[in-house]
Amino acid sequence: MSYTLKLRIWRGDKEGGEVKDFPVEVSEGEVVLDAIHRVQATQAGDLAVRWNCKAGKCGSCSAEVNGRPRLMCMCRLSDFEEDETITVTPMRAFPVIRDLVTDVLFNYEKAKELPSAQLGPRDADGKRRMAQIDVERGQEFRKCIECFLCQDVCHVVRDHEDNKEAFAGPRFFLRYAELDMHPLDTHDRRELAQGAAGLGMCNITKCCTEVCPEGIKITDNAIIPMKERVVDRKYDPLVWLGNKIGLRNKDDAGRTEV
Amino acid sequence: MASTDQGVTSPTRARIDARTLRQDRWWLAPLTTFVVFSAFVVYATVRAFMGRDYYASPYLSPFYSPCLGDCVEGASDFGQPFAWFPLSAALIILIFPLGFRMTCYYYRKAYYRAFWLSPPACGVAEPHQSYSGETRLPLVLQNVHRYFWYAAVLVGLVLTFDVFLAFRPMPAEYAVGDGETSGIHMGLGTLLMIINVVLIWLYTLSCHSCRHVVGGRLRHFSKHPVRYRLWTWVSRLNTSHGRWAWYSLFSVALVDLYIFLLATGTIQDVRFF
Repeated sequence: MSYTLKLRIWRGDKEGGEVKDFPVEVSEGEVVLDAIHRVQATQAGDLAVRWNCKAGKCGSCSAEVNGRPRLMCMCRLSDFEEDETITVTPMRAFPVIRDLVTDVLFNYEKAKELPSAQLGPRDADGKRRMAQIDVERGQEFRKCIECFLCQDVCHVVRDHEDNKEAFAGPRFFLRYAELDMHPLDTHDRRELAQGAAGLGMCNITKCCTEVCPEGIKITDNAIIPMKERVVDRKYDPLVWLGNKIGLRNKDDAGRTEV
Repeated sequence: MASTDQGVTSPTRARIDARTLRQDRWWLAPLTTFVVFSAFVVYATVRAFMGRDYYASPYLSPFYSPCLGDCVEGASDFGQPFAWFPLSAALIILIFPLGFRMTCYYYRKAYYRAFWLSPPACGVAEPHQSYSGETRLPLVLQNVHRYFWYAAVLVGLVLTFDVFLAFRPMPAEYAVGDGETSGIHMGLGTLLMIINVVLIWLYTLSCHSCRHVVGGRLRHFSKHPVRYRLWTWVSRLNTSHGRWAWYSLFSVALVDLYIFLLATGTIQDVRFF
Protein backbone atom coordinates (compact mmCIF):
# COMPACT_ATOMS: atom_id res chain seq x y z
CA MET A 1 0.00 0.00 0.00
CA SER A 2 1.57 3.23 -1.09
CA TYR A 3 0.37 6.77 -0.67
CA THR A 4 1.60 10.28 -1.27
CA LEU A 5 3.24 11.66 1.85
CA LYS A 6 2.93 15.39 2.49
CA LEU A 7 6.60 15.91 3.26
CA ARG A 8 8.22 19.27 3.99
CA ILE A 9 11.99 19.65 4.20
CA TRP A 10 14.10 22.60 5.30
CA ARG A 11 16.40 23.58 2.47
CA GLY A 12 19.11 26.16 2.74
CA ASP A 13 22.48 26.94 4.28
CA LYS A 14 23.97 29.36 6.79
CA GLU A 15 22.92 32.29 4.61
CA GLY A 16 19.25 31.36 4.92
CA GLY A 17 16.66 28.87 3.87
CA GLU A 18 13.07 27.78 4.15
CA VAL A 19 10.83 24.78 4.54
CA LYS A 20 9.72 23.50 1.11
CA ASP A 21 7.06 20.99 0.07
CA PHE A 22 8.15 17.67 -1.40
CA PRO A 23 5.11 15.43 -1.85
CA VAL A 24 6.53 11.95 -2.28
CA GLU A 25 5.27 8.43 -2.84
CA VAL A 26 5.95 6.16 0.15
CA SER A 27 5.11 2.56 0.99
CA GLU A 28 4.05 0.63 4.04
CA GLY A 29 6.89 -0.10 6.46
CA GLU A 30 9.06 2.81 5.41
CA VAL A 31 10.77 5.34 7.64
CA VAL A 32 11.36 9.07 7.25
CA LEU A 33 14.86 8.47 5.92
CA ASP A 34 13.41 6.34 3.09
CA ALA A 35 11.16 9.23 2.10
CA ILE A 36 14.10 11.64 2.23
CA HIS A 37 16.14 9.34 0.00
CA ARG A 38 13.27 9.10 -2.48
CA VAL A 39 13.06 12.89 -2.65
CA GLN A 40 16.81 12.97 -3.20
CA ALA A 41 16.52 10.40 -6.01
CA THR A 42 13.50 11.87 -7.77
CA GLN A 43 13.07 15.54 -6.98
CA ALA A 44 16.11 17.14 -5.38
CA GLY A 45 19.38 15.47 -6.31
CA ASP A 46 21.37 18.05 -4.39
CA LEU A 47 19.53 17.55 -1.07
CA ALA A 48 22.19 17.24 1.63
CA VAL A 49 21.55 14.59 4.27
CA ARG A 50 23.94 12.71 6.53
CA TRP A 51 23.19 9.02 6.97
CA ASN A 52 24.98 5.70 7.17
CA CYS A 53 23.70 2.49 8.73
CA LYS A 54 19.89 2.87 8.41
CA ALA A 55 19.60 0.73 11.53
CA GLY A 56 19.73 3.18 14.43
CA LYS A 57 23.28 2.28 15.37
CA CYS A 58 25.56 4.82 13.73
CA GLY A 59 23.90 8.00 14.97
CA SER A 60 24.36 9.85 11.67
CA CYS A 61 20.85 10.72 10.51
CA SER A 62 19.87 12.92 13.45
CA ALA A 63 17.35 15.58 12.52
CA GLU A 64 14.08 17.03 13.79
CA VAL A 65 10.81 15.52 12.66
CA ASN A 66 7.83 17.72 13.42
CA GLY A 67 10.01 19.61 15.87
CA ARG A 68 11.17 16.56 17.78
CA PRO A 69 14.79 15.41 17.64
CA ARG A 70 14.78 11.94 16.05
CA LEU A 71 16.93 9.52 14.11
CA MET A 72 15.29 9.63 10.67
CA CYS A 73 16.03 5.93 10.13
CA MET A 74 14.13 4.98 13.28
CA CYS A 75 11.16 7.25 12.68
CA ARG A 76 8.40 5.09 11.20
CA LEU A 77 5.91 6.67 8.83
CA SER A 78 3.25 4.40 10.31
CA ASP A 79 3.49 6.48 13.51
CA PHE A 80 1.82 9.32 11.58
CA GLU A 81 -1.56 9.58 9.91
CA GLU A 82 -1.38 9.19 6.12
CA ASP A 83 -2.82 12.67 5.59
CA GLU A 84 -0.49 14.24 8.16
CA THR A 85 2.18 16.67 7.02
CA ILE A 86 5.66 15.73 8.19
CA THR A 87 8.21 18.50 8.50
CA VAL A 88 11.90 17.56 8.61
CA THR A 89 14.49 20.13 9.63
CA PRO A 90 18.14 19.94 10.64
CA MET A 91 19.02 19.89 14.34
CA ARG A 92 18.40 23.40 15.60
CA ALA A 93 21.07 23.55 18.31
CA PHE A 94 24.04 23.33 15.94
CA PRO A 95 25.26 25.53 13.09
CA VAL A 96 23.71 24.49 9.80
CA ILE A 97 25.98 23.53 6.90
CA ARG A 98 23.40 22.75 4.24
CA ASP A 99 19.87 21.35 4.19
CA LEU A 100 19.68 18.63 6.86
CA VAL A 101 23.38 18.59 7.64
CA THR A 102 24.67 20.43 10.70
CA ASP A 103 28.13 21.07 12.07
CA VAL A 104 28.43 19.00 15.25
CA LEU A 105 32.02 20.01 15.95
CA PHE A 106 30.92 21.39 19.35
CA ASN A 107 30.53 17.83 20.61
CA TYR A 108 33.98 16.73 19.53
CA GLU A 109 35.54 19.79 21.13
CA LYS A 110 33.80 18.89 24.38
CA ALA A 111 34.97 15.28 24.09
CA LYS A 112 38.56 16.50 23.93
CA GLU A 113 38.16 18.33 27.24
CA LEU A 114 37.24 15.14 29.07
CA PRO A 115 40.24 13.26 30.53
CA SER A 116 40.13 9.61 29.52
CA ALA A 117 40.32 6.70 31.95
CA GLN A 118 43.54 6.41 33.93
CA LEU A 119 43.77 2.89 35.24
CA GLY A 120 45.74 1.90 38.33
CA PRO A 121 48.54 -0.67 38.45
CA ARG A 122 47.93 -4.23 37.24
CA ASP A 123 47.61 -7.21 39.54
CA ALA A 124 50.68 -9.38 40.20
CA ASP A 125 49.82 -11.64 37.27
CA GLY A 126 49.71 -8.71 34.90
CA LYS A 127 45.92 -8.60 34.64
CA ARG A 128 43.29 -6.16 35.76
CA ARG A 129 40.11 -7.42 37.37
CA MET A 130 36.62 -6.05 37.75
CA ALA A 131 33.69 -7.89 39.29
CA GLN A 132 30.77 -8.55 36.96
CA ILE A 133 28.32 -6.29 38.85
CA ASP A 134 30.80 -3.41 38.57
CA VAL A 135 31.16 -4.05 34.83
CA GLU A 136 27.39 -4.14 34.34
CA ARG A 137 26.82 -0.76 35.89
CA GLY A 138 28.54 1.08 33.05
CA GLN A 139 27.08 -0.97 30.22
CA GLU A 140 24.02 1.22 29.88
CA PHE A 141 26.23 4.24 29.27
CA ARG A 142 28.22 2.43 26.61
CA LYS A 143 25.09 2.03 24.50
CA CYS A 144 25.47 5.69 23.48
CA ILE A 145 25.80 5.96 19.68
CA GLU A 146 26.74 9.65 19.75
CA CYS A 147 23.82 10.79 17.64
CA PHE A 148 23.90 14.01 19.70
CA LEU A 149 20.13 14.26 19.87
CA CYS A 150 20.46 14.83 23.63
CA GLN A 151 22.89 17.64 22.96
CA ASP A 152 20.48 19.06 20.38
CA VAL A 153 17.43 19.06 22.63
CA CYS A 154 19.19 20.33 25.75
CA HIS A 155 17.80 23.83 26.27
CA VAL A 156 20.98 24.96 28.04
CA VAL A 157 22.75 25.25 24.69
CA ARG A 158 19.82 25.00 22.28
CA ASP A 159 18.29 28.20 23.64
CA HIS A 160 21.50 29.86 24.81
CA GLU A 161 24.37 29.83 22.33
CA ASP A 162 26.54 31.68 24.87
CA ASN A 163 26.44 28.68 27.22
CA LYS A 164 28.26 26.41 24.78
CA GLU A 165 31.64 27.39 26.10
CA ALA A 166 30.81 26.50 29.69
CA PHE A 167 28.57 23.48 29.18
CA ALA A 168 29.56 20.02 27.97
CA GLY A 169 26.04 18.62 27.67
CA PRO A 170 24.25 15.38 28.55
CA ARG A 171 26.28 13.09 26.31
CA PHE A 172 29.41 14.02 28.22
CA PHE A 173 27.81 13.96 31.65
CA LEU A 174 27.06 10.38 30.73
CA ARG A 175 30.75 9.84 30.15
CA TYR A 176 31.72 11.65 33.35
CA ALA A 177 29.36 9.40 35.30
CA GLU A 178 30.61 6.26 33.62
CA LEU A 179 34.21 7.06 34.49
CA ASP A 180 33.39 8.24 38.01
CA MET A 181 31.68 4.91 38.67
CA HIS A 182 34.54 2.94 37.14
CA PRO A 183 36.19 0.89 39.91
CA LEU A 184 39.64 0.95 38.32
CA ASP A 185 39.85 4.57 37.20
CA THR A 186 42.13 6.73 39.31
CA HIS A 187 40.91 10.16 38.25
CA ASP A 188 38.51 12.18 40.35
CA ARG A 189 36.47 14.21 37.87
CA ARG A 190 33.88 15.67 40.22
CA GLU A 191 35.39 19.14 40.40
CA LEU A 192 35.94 19.15 36.65
CA ALA A 193 32.36 18.04 35.99
CA GLN A 194 30.93 20.84 38.09
CA GLY A 195 33.43 23.48 36.98
CA ALA A 196 34.65 23.14 33.43
CA ALA A 197 31.85 20.91 32.17
CA GLY A 198 29.07 22.97 33.74
CA LEU A 199 27.10 20.18 35.39
CA GLY A 200 25.46 22.77 37.66
CA MET A 201 23.82 24.40 34.66
CA CYS A 202 21.72 21.32 34.04
CA ASN A 203 18.28 21.76 35.58
CA ILE A 204 17.37 18.10 35.05
CA THR A 205 14.34 18.72 32.88
CA LYS A 206 14.96 15.31 31.32
CA CYS A 207 14.62 16.13 27.62
CA CYS A 208 17.88 14.28 26.96
CA THR A 209 16.31 11.12 28.35
CA GLU A 210 13.13 11.66 26.34
CA VAL A 211 14.93 11.82 22.99
CA CYS A 212 17.62 9.16 23.49
CA PRO A 213 17.09 6.55 20.74
CA GLU A 214 18.99 3.99 22.81
CA GLY A 215 16.69 4.46 25.78
CA ILE A 216 19.52 5.40 28.13
CA LYS A 217 18.22 6.92 31.37
CA ILE A 218 20.65 9.78 31.06
CA THR A 219 19.14 11.95 33.78
CA ASP A 220 18.33 9.35 36.42
CA ASN A 221 21.33 7.09 35.98
CA ALA A 222 24.08 9.52 34.98
CA ILE A 223 23.38 13.21 35.56
CA ILE A 224 21.65 13.01 38.94
CA PRO A 225 24.14 10.46 40.37
CA MET A 226 26.91 12.73 39.10
CA LYS A 227 25.27 15.74 40.74
CA GLU A 228 25.07 13.80 44.01
CA ARG A 229 28.76 12.94 43.72
CA VAL A 230 29.53 16.61 43.22
CA VAL A 231 27.51 17.39 46.35
CA ASP A 232 29.75 14.91 48.21
CA ARG A 233 32.77 16.76 46.93
CA LYS A 234 31.64 20.38 47.23
CA TYR A 235 28.46 21.02 49.17
CA ASP A 236 28.05 18.51 51.98
CA PRO A 237 29.75 19.52 55.26
CA LEU A 238 29.02 16.15 56.88
CA VAL A 239 30.83 14.28 54.10
CA TRP A 240 33.75 16.67 54.46
CA LEU A 241 33.84 16.13 58.22
CA GLY A 242 33.50 12.37 57.81
CA ASN A 243 36.46 12.33 55.46
CA LYS A 244 38.53 14.49 57.85
CA ILE A 245 37.99 12.31 60.90
CA GLY A 246 38.18 9.04 59.01
CA LEU A 247 34.56 7.96 59.47
CA ARG A 248 33.83 8.02 55.77
CA ASN A 249 33.87 4.90 53.69
CA LYS A 250 37.11 4.75 51.70
CA ASP A 251 35.51 3.36 48.58
CA ASP A 252 36.73 6.24 46.45
CA ALA A 253 40.18 6.54 48.03
CA GLY A 254 43.27 6.62 45.83
CA ARG A 255 41.88 8.95 43.20
CA THR A 256 43.58 12.10 42.05
CA GLU A 257 41.62 15.18 41.15
CA VAL A 258 41.99 16.30 37.54
CA MET B 1 7.16 34.61 22.35
CA ALA B 2 10.06 33.98 20.02
CA SER B 3 13.41 33.08 21.43
CA THR B 4 16.29 35.51 21.44
CA ASP B 5 19.22 35.68 19.08
CA GLN B 6 21.04 33.41 21.50
CA GLY B 7 18.73 30.50 20.84
CA VAL B 8 17.24 28.59 17.93
CA THR B 9 17.05 31.78 15.87
CA SER B 10 20.70 32.70 16.42
CA PRO B 11 22.65 33.49 13.23
CA THR B 12 24.46 30.19 12.67
CA ARG B 13 21.39 27.96 13.04
CA ALA B 14 19.00 26.87 10.30
CA ARG B 15 16.76 29.87 9.73
CA ILE B 16 13.34 28.89 11.04
CA ASP B 17 11.17 31.51 12.67
CA ALA B 18 8.88 29.26 14.70
CA ARG B 19 9.96 28.67 18.31
CA THR B 20 8.91 25.07 17.80
CA LEU B 21 7.62 22.91 14.97
CA ARG B 22 5.98 20.46 17.34
CA GLN B 23 2.39 19.75 16.36
CA ASP B 24 1.37 17.63 19.34
CA ARG B 25 -0.22 19.05 22.48
CA TRP B 26 3.13 19.68 24.16
CA TRP B 27 1.57 22.36 26.36
CA LEU B 28 -0.82 19.93 28.06
CA ALA B 29 1.66 18.35 30.50
CA PRO B 30 3.16 21.62 31.82
CA LEU B 31 -0.31 23.19 31.99
CA THR B 32 -1.65 20.26 34.02
CA THR B 33 1.34 20.43 36.34
CA PHE B 34 0.87 24.17 36.74
CA VAL B 35 -2.81 23.89 37.60
CA VAL B 36 -2.49 20.94 40.00
CA PHE B 37 0.58 22.22 41.81
CA SER B 38 -0.93 25.69 42.12
CA ALA B 39 -4.14 24.23 43.53
CA PHE B 40 -2.14 22.22 46.06
CA VAL B 41 -0.07 25.23 47.09
CA VAL B 42 -3.20 27.32 47.61
CA TYR B 43 -4.92 24.55 49.57
CA ALA B 44 -1.84 23.76 51.68
CA THR B 45 -1.18 27.43 52.41
CA VAL B 46 -4.74 28.04 53.55
CA ARG B 47 -4.74 24.94 55.72
CA ALA B 48 -1.30 25.62 57.16
CA PHE B 49 -2.24 29.14 58.22
CA MET B 50 -5.67 28.19 59.59
CA GLY B 51 -4.22 26.78 62.79
CA ARG B 52 -7.42 24.87 63.62
CA ASP B 53 -9.50 21.86 62.60
CA TYR B 54 -6.43 19.68 62.19
CA TYR B 55 -7.21 17.14 64.88
CA ALA B 56 -10.20 14.87 65.10
CA SER B 57 -9.25 12.28 67.69
CA PRO B 58 -7.60 9.94 67.00
CA TYR B 59 -6.64 11.47 63.66
CA LEU B 60 -3.99 14.17 63.29
CA SER B 61 -3.56 15.94 59.96
CA PRO B 62 -0.19 15.26 58.28
CA PHE B 63 0.19 19.01 57.76
CA TYR B 64 0.41 19.43 61.54
CA SER B 65 2.35 16.32 62.52
CA PRO B 66 4.29 16.36 64.77
CA CYS B 67 2.31 19.13 66.43
CA LEU B 68 5.00 21.01 68.32
CA GLY B 69 3.33 24.38 68.82
CA ASP B 70 0.41 25.47 70.94
CA CYS B 71 -1.74 22.59 69.71
CA VAL B 72 -5.15 21.35 70.78
CA GLU B 73 -5.37 18.73 73.49
CA GLY B 74 -4.41 15.25 72.37
CA ALA B 75 -2.59 16.40 69.20
CA SER B 76 0.88 16.81 70.69
CA ASP B 77 2.42 13.38 71.03
CA PHE B 78 5.92 14.81 71.12
CA GLY B 79 5.35 17.66 73.56
CA GLN B 80 5.01 21.35 72.78
CA PRO B 81 8.57 22.76 72.70
CA PHE B 82 7.35 25.60 70.47
CA ALA B 83 4.26 26.47 72.49
CA TRP B 84 5.40 30.10 72.40
CA PHE B 85 5.18 30.17 68.59
CA PRO B 86 2.47 32.72 67.81
CA LEU B 87 1.43 31.38 64.39
CA SER B 88 0.02 28.08 63.24
CA ALA B 89 1.88 24.98 64.44
CA ALA B 90 1.93 23.66 60.86
CA LEU B 91 4.45 26.34 59.90
CA ILE B 92 7.01 24.89 62.33
CA ILE B 93 7.04 21.49 60.69
CA LEU B 94 5.92 22.04 57.09
CA ILE B 95 9.24 23.58 56.12
CA PHE B 96 10.76 20.09 56.06
CA PRO B 97 8.38 18.28 53.70
CA LEU B 98 8.10 21.49 51.70
CA GLY B 99 11.88 21.75 51.39
CA PHE B 100 12.11 18.07 50.51
CA ARG B 101 9.65 18.45 47.66
CA MET B 102 10.98 21.81 46.46
CA THR B 103 14.51 20.41 46.11
CA CYS B 104 13.37 17.01 44.81
CA TYR B 105 14.85 16.09 41.44
CA TYR B 106 11.42 15.17 40.09
CA TYR B 107 9.66 18.31 41.30
CA ARG B 108 12.49 20.43 39.98
CA LYS B 109 11.91 19.03 36.54
CA ALA B 110 8.18 19.58 36.87
CA TYR B 111 8.23 23.15 38.12
CA TYR B 112 11.14 24.31 35.97
CA ARG B 113 9.03 23.24 33.02
CA ALA B 114 5.58 24.29 34.20
CA PHE B 115 6.28 27.46 36.16
CA TRP B 116 9.55 28.79 34.81
CA LEU B 117 9.14 27.49 31.22
CA SER B 118 12.77 26.54 31.19
CA PRO B 119 11.99 24.82 28.87
CA PRO B 120 8.19 24.44 28.71
CA ALA B 121 8.63 21.19 26.77
CA CYS B 122 11.39 19.43 24.85
CA GLY B 123 12.23 21.20 21.62
CA VAL B 124 10.16 24.26 22.56
CA ALA B 125 12.26 27.39 22.94
CA GLU B 126 12.22 28.97 26.36
CA PRO B 127 11.42 32.68 26.65
CA HIS B 128 14.37 33.67 28.84
CA GLN B 129 17.25 35.82 27.62
CA SER B 130 19.90 34.21 29.77
CA TYR B 131 20.31 31.06 31.78
CA SER B 132 22.70 29.98 34.51
CA GLY B 133 20.95 26.85 35.76
CA GLU B 134 21.68 25.80 39.30
CA THR B 135 25.08 27.42 39.53
CA ARG B 136 24.15 30.54 41.51
CA LEU B 137 22.11 31.56 44.51
CA PRO B 138 19.35 30.76 45.16
CA LEU B 139 19.21 27.68 42.92
CA VAL B 140 22.61 26.37 43.98
CA LEU B 141 20.85 25.60 47.27
CA GLN B 142 19.06 22.74 45.49
CA ASN B 143 22.20 20.80 46.44
CA VAL B 144 20.97 20.52 50.05
CA HIS B 145 18.34 18.01 48.93
CA ARG B 146 19.88 15.14 50.89
CA TYR B 147 19.51 17.06 54.16
CA PHE B 148 15.81 17.50 53.49
CA TRP B 149 15.72 13.79 52.76
CA TYR B 150 17.15 13.05 56.21
CA ALA B 151 14.40 15.25 57.67
CA ALA B 152 11.79 13.58 55.46
CA VAL B 153 12.73 10.20 56.88
CA LEU B 154 12.03 11.53 60.39
CA VAL B 155 8.73 13.02 59.24
CA GLY B 156 7.88 9.66 57.64
CA LEU B 157 8.53 7.92 60.95
CA VAL B 158 6.26 10.38 62.75
CA LEU B 159 3.49 9.88 60.18
CA THR B 160 3.87 6.12 60.61
CA PHE B 161 3.48 6.57 64.37
CA ASP B 162 0.34 8.62 63.66
CA VAL B 163 -1.10 5.69 61.75
CA PHE B 164 -0.73 3.47 64.80
CA LEU B 165 -2.40 6.15 66.88
CA ALA B 166 -5.23 6.24 64.36
CA PHE B 167 -6.23 2.79 65.57
CA ARG B 168 -6.93 4.15 69.02
CA PRO B 169 -10.49 4.10 70.28
CA MET B 170 -12.41 7.21 69.41
CA PRO B 171 -13.49 9.46 72.28
CA ALA B 172 -17.00 9.34 73.57
CA GLU B 173 -18.24 12.36 71.65
CA TYR B 174 -17.50 10.65 68.33
CA ALA B 175 -19.06 7.34 69.36
CA VAL B 176 -22.15 6.46 67.42
CA GLY B 177 -23.02 3.20 69.17
CA ASP B 178 -22.51 1.22 72.32
CA GLY B 179 -19.02 0.02 73.17
CA GLU B 180 -17.29 2.07 70.48
CA THR B 181 -15.02 3.87 72.86
CA SER B 182 -13.12 0.80 73.96
CA GLY B 183 -10.67 -1.48 72.19
CA ILE B 184 -9.00 -0.61 68.89
CA HIS B 185 -10.83 1.22 66.17
CA MET B 186 -10.47 1.51 62.48
CA GLY B 187 -12.27 4.00 60.32
CA LEU B 188 -12.00 5.46 56.86
CA GLY B 189 -9.58 7.98 58.34
CA THR B 190 -7.28 5.17 59.47
CA LEU B 191 -7.40 3.62 56.02
CA LEU B 192 -6.63 6.93 54.32
CA MET B 193 -3.73 7.50 56.70
CA ILE B 194 -2.34 4.03 55.94
CA ILE B 195 -2.53 4.67 52.19
CA ASN B 196 -0.97 8.07 52.70
CA VAL B 197 1.95 6.81 54.76
CA VAL B 198 2.67 4.01 52.29
CA LEU B 199 2.76 6.53 49.45
CA ILE B 200 4.89 8.92 51.53
CA TRP B 201 7.39 6.12 52.19
CA LEU B 202 7.43 5.08 48.53
CA TYR B 203 8.13 8.69 47.60
CA THR B 204 10.75 9.15 50.32
CA LEU B 205 12.60 5.89 49.70
CA SER B 206 12.58 6.29 45.91
CA CYS B 207 14.41 9.62 46.24
CA HIS B 208 17.54 10.08 44.14
CA SER B 209 19.50 11.21 47.21
CA CYS B 210 18.40 8.06 49.04
CA ARG B 211 19.61 6.04 46.07
CA HIS B 212 22.98 7.78 46.29
CA VAL B 213 23.28 7.42 50.06
CA VAL B 214 22.42 3.73 50.26
CA GLY B 215 24.88 2.67 47.60
CA GLY B 216 24.95 4.87 44.52
CA ARG B 217 28.01 6.74 45.71
CA LEU B 218 30.10 3.57 45.73
CA ARG B 219 32.48 2.63 42.94
CA HIS B 220 32.81 -1.00 43.98
CA PHE B 221 29.43 -2.67 44.32
CA SER B 222 31.24 -5.98 44.56
CA LYS B 223 32.84 -4.99 47.87
CA HIS B 224 29.54 -3.91 49.45
CA PRO B 225 26.95 -6.61 48.74
CA VAL B 226 24.39 -5.37 51.28
CA ARG B 227 24.51 -1.78 50.05
CA TYR B 228 24.40 -3.04 46.48
CA ARG B 229 21.24 -4.99 47.28
CA LEU B 230 19.70 -1.89 48.90
CA TRP B 231 20.70 0.18 45.89
CA THR B 232 18.97 -2.22 43.51
CA TRP B 233 15.77 -1.99 45.59
CA VAL B 234 15.86 1.79 45.73
CA SER B 235 16.71 1.91 42.01
CA ARG B 236 13.59 -0.10 41.26
CA LEU B 237 11.45 2.32 43.27
CA ASN B 238 13.29 5.26 41.79
CA THR B 239 12.04 4.57 38.27
CA SER B 240 8.58 5.62 39.51
CA HIS B 241 9.71 8.50 41.71
CA GLY B 242 7.58 10.99 39.79
CA ARG B 243 4.50 8.82 40.16
CA TRP B 244 4.99 8.54 43.94
CA ALA B 245 5.52 12.30 44.07
CA TRP B 246 2.08 12.88 42.51
CA TYR B 247 0.21 10.17 44.39
CA SER B 248 1.59 11.22 47.77
CA LEU B 249 0.75 14.85 47.01
CA PHE B 250 -2.88 13.89 46.49
CA SER B 251 -2.99 11.52 49.45
CA VAL B 252 -1.59 14.00 51.93
CA ALA B 253 -4.12 16.63 50.83
CA LEU B 254 -6.94 14.10 50.94
CA VAL B 255 -6.11 12.96 54.49
CA ASP B 256 -5.96 16.56 55.65
CA LEU B 257 -9.28 17.34 53.96
CA TYR B 258 -10.93 14.32 55.55
CA ILE B 259 -9.71 15.30 59.01
CA PHE B 260 -10.77 18.90 58.41
CA LEU B 261 -14.28 17.74 57.52
CA LEU B 262 -14.37 15.53 60.62
CA ALA B 263 -13.05 18.26 62.89
CA THR B 264 -15.58 20.79 61.65
CA GLY B 265 -18.37 18.26 62.11
CA THR B 266 -19.27 18.32 58.42
CA ILE B 267 -19.07 14.54 58.17
CA GLN B 268 -18.92 11.55 60.50
CA ASP B 269 -16.07 9.06 60.36
CA VAL B 270 -16.93 5.87 58.51
CA ARG B 271 -16.27 3.13 61.10
CA PHE B 272 -15.08 -0.29 60.03
CA PHE B 273 -14.85 -1.65 63.60
